[in-house]
Amino acid sequence: MIQLKVNGAVQSFDGEPEMPLLWYLRDVLALTGSKFGCGVGLCGACTVHVNGQATRSCVTVMRDTAGKEVTTIEGLETNGLHPVQKAWMQINVPQCGYCQVGQIMQAAALLNSKKKPSDHEIDEAMSGNICRCGTYQRIRAAIKAASGEMA
Amino acid sequence: MSTMENVSRRRFLTGGIIAAGALVLGVRYYSKLSSGDKLPHDTNADHATLHPSVYLGIDPDGTVWIVASRSEMGTTSRTTLPLVVADELDADWKRVKIEQAIADKRYGDQNTDGSHSIRSFYDAMRQAGATARFMLIQAAAQQWGVPATECETDLHVVVHRSTNRTAGYGELASAAAKLPVPKREELKFKARSAWRYVGKGEVSYDLEALVTGKAVYGMDARVDGMVYASVEHPPVLGGKVKSYDEKEALKVAGVRQTVPIDPFQPPAAFQPLGGVAVIADNTWAAFQGRKKLNISWDNGPNESYDSDAYKNELRETTHKPGKVVRNIGDADAAFSKGGKVYEADYYVPLLAHATMEPLVALAEFKDGKVTAWAPTQNPQAAQDIISKELGIAKEDVICHVTLLGGGFGRKSKPDYVAEAAVLSKKVGRPVKVVWTREDDIKFDYYNAVAAMYMKAMLGANGKPTAWLQRSAFPPITSIFDVNAVYGDPNHLQQGWTDIPYDLPNLRIENGPAKAHVRIGWLRSVANIYHAFAIQCFTDELAHAAGRDPLDYLLDLIGNPRTIDFKGVDYPNYGAPFDAYPWETGRLRHVTELVAEKSGWGKRKHGKGTGVGIAAHRSFLSYVATVVEVEVNDQGEVRIPRVDTVLDAGLVVNPEATRAQFEGAAVFGTSIVRTGEITATKGAINQSNFQDYPVARIGEVPYQTNVYIVDSDAPPAGIGEPGVPPFVAAFCNAIYAATGKRVRDLPITKLGLT
Repeated sequence: MIQLKVNGAVQSFDGEPEMPLLWYLRDVLALTGSKFGCGVGLCGACTVHVNGQATRSCVTVMRDTAGKEVTTIEGLETNGLHPVQKAWMQINVPQCGYCQVGQIMQAAALLNSKKKPSDHEIDEAMSGNICRCGTYQRIRAAIKAASGEMA
Repeated sequence: MSTMENVSRRRFLTGGIIAAGALVLGVRYYSKLSSGDKLPHDTNADHATLHPSVYLGIDPDGTVWIVASRSEMGTTSRTTLPLVVADELDADWKRVKIEQAIADKRYGDQNTDGSHSIRSFYDAMRQAGATARFMLIQAAAQQWGVPATECETDLHVVVHRSTNRTAGYGELASAAAKLPVPKREELKFKARSAWRYVGKGEVSYDLEALVTGKAVYGMDARVDGMVYASVEHPPVLGGKVKSYDEKEALKVAGVRQTVPIDPFQPPAAFQPLGGVAVIADNTWAAFQGRKKLNISWDNGPNESYDSDAYKNELRETTHKPGKVVRNIGDADAAFSKGGKVYEADYYVPLLAHATMEPLVALAEFKDGKVTAWAPTQNPQAAQDIISKELGIAKEDVICHVTLLGGGFGRKSKPDYVAEAAVLSKKVGRPVKVVWTREDDIKFDYYNAVAAMYMKAMLGANGKPTAWLQRSAFPPITSIFDVNAVYGDPNHLQQGWTDIPYDLPNLRIENGPAKAHVRIGWLRSVANIYHAFAIQCFTDELAHAAGRDPLDYLLDLIGNPRTIDFKGVDYPNYGAPFDAYPWETGRLRHVTELVAEKSGWGKRKHGKGTGVGIAAHRSFLSYVATVVEVEVNDQGEVRIPRVDTVLDAGLVVNPEATRAQFEGAAVFGTSIVRTGEITATKGAINQSNFQDYPVARIGEVPYQTNVYIVDSDAPPAGIGEPGVPPFVAAFCNAIYAATGKRVRDLPITKLGLT
């Protein structure tokens, strides 16, 4: 039995300990905000926070989540919208939107550790998150907007 | 709440497993379906008090229901078309609720491809809005006992100015519903000066759902009792299962059963590929089970396909005379006179779509009928193929359209939707089939590999006196006809037969190429390789002639004129020539404007930096692009800036349009930098983002500036036309920066690093 917290609620998991966290979130808990994109940690669509760190849930197995606190987009902000989400709306970032949850989780983690990231730091932090629609220019702008908001 | 629909206050039951904290899946279950009735036509718009159009309904509380019949994959068609309705209705956008249509031919064509949603439906949307507005005005006029001509509308109300009376749309809905629906000739459309939304635009109706994870994509669809499936497809197109052993697969926790799927009978069209499915309690278990199937394959004749050898064959084909698709003057005679002749071979490999959402579909076969939920660009084709595969009537297939996590043309081919339906019938439960990224890359309908041979002779001032261009690529028509080897007019037209240059001697040819993989539409399609060859060759000739590439390009485009396609099979993207003539003046204008906006010839470019230009018309839109690149000592390429100017006629949603062109530059960046699918012994070599990389944040243009030409011309394409000129301009910029010509894509072959 693996115990973990997901968005503040204690959960117990007695399934296959090698199951990636992503599929536990999506198929078992029906928290479908985190997306499946590649299954091997190359695209970032599945990004969640584990103990506050941006983490690829598709390559994080349940065994390694024991005792951890997992935050998904559904729990990123319980009171309205997170500043990063607001900035994403203000800059009108999404096109198809499929990758954006992962982008937002990655950006929120970045801004938690770095209040005013430079272009280079943004590129470094966001380089694991693919957007096939090509919204990168707006992602960068939105991170800067959110950074101003959170400062 | 789902963004697909608000679950209705009447008629509809909510569906789906609702686990702890889950979404309410906003899909409709039709009670009529299980009672054996025909396909229901139940939208809230249909059932609204006033519903003069299949696209529109108004309820007494003032809610305006607008049906989005086109699929949403990020282009905002789901928002932008309803905006046109709302504008013509004079409706308050905040009181509009958008419903996604199921597959139903009463909406007309629903295949959301070819960048034509606005072009093809702009009038229908205007008419829907104007019809309701007409009826609301009539109803108010009758109530007030005044002539309708004295009434007008303001935001969501009818107004009689002289008596200072107003009535809201909601309160007028019942009375208006009793009136006859006016004929189109009776309608009065708003003057352009009165437009509220058209030309100003709006953000996506789904924006908040998209940033909160509440948006429902195909990947997120759930219903009661569903199981998950993952399918091992034949590694070579047309292959068959010889044998497999399910023993180990069944030992995987959560795996329920394995199910063979029959191979397709050629042509492939939209049929499932066949193979073996693993059915499980969750997606991961299905993936794990698949790895243990131990399948032995009969690969069939396509095992002979090797993409390196095929490239040489294509090139040889283009070095021999082909089918003439357009001819002006006598190029051979001109060449035979002798002079400065230039030749170049261009090549673009197979390209995969790699939508961020891999292919996925959920389907339930029950009582001889199918209900499917799919991220599809083409729900009516999904209905068709499901009905064929299962031997049921098309009317017995309901296809719901979820949001799409990217489409780019891949999701116009509903093989994966049919797969879910076939499996549901075999399993007796709703089945959600989930493709892995590896499946997505290996079993695509690829953009055609293409070879282009270009030849020109330069006369006075370096202008070509003769021009020959010859292409060979396996045609998309090959998925419907195994014997199809020549380019068809619908794809030859894409920037090939319509080369817009004013040339005295021109011959355009196309040679045969047999397909060994499924070929399909990918964002911009044949325009990608055609514009690459023509616009890069133009740049080569400019340098050969010692002329500025911009000047030279403008010289070749020539004076403003309408291209005459008499005797040429040129479908003009299915649009009438009188409304959408091919006007070289518009191409010239965007080219001149992009030169101005980018500071062409005015900005200094140091060592390792350079700019390139290209201009191209596709999907009836005229686009010119300037790309600036920097290449450092390590050969790493940066793109500091892109300027692009488009003339797409009337642009309904400028903000979304800018986003599409920003995205097109990124899409083009992937094509130029790393886009390449290859095959060995018929099987695709690439599998995921490590060997089919797509552009990441640091690799794309740092800044893309998009300028929209203000135009009274009818609306043209937005989603695709940005890609082709970007690709060519990027390659021309690489030459300017490095002196190295890009003739083979991607540039990994160029040896910069």
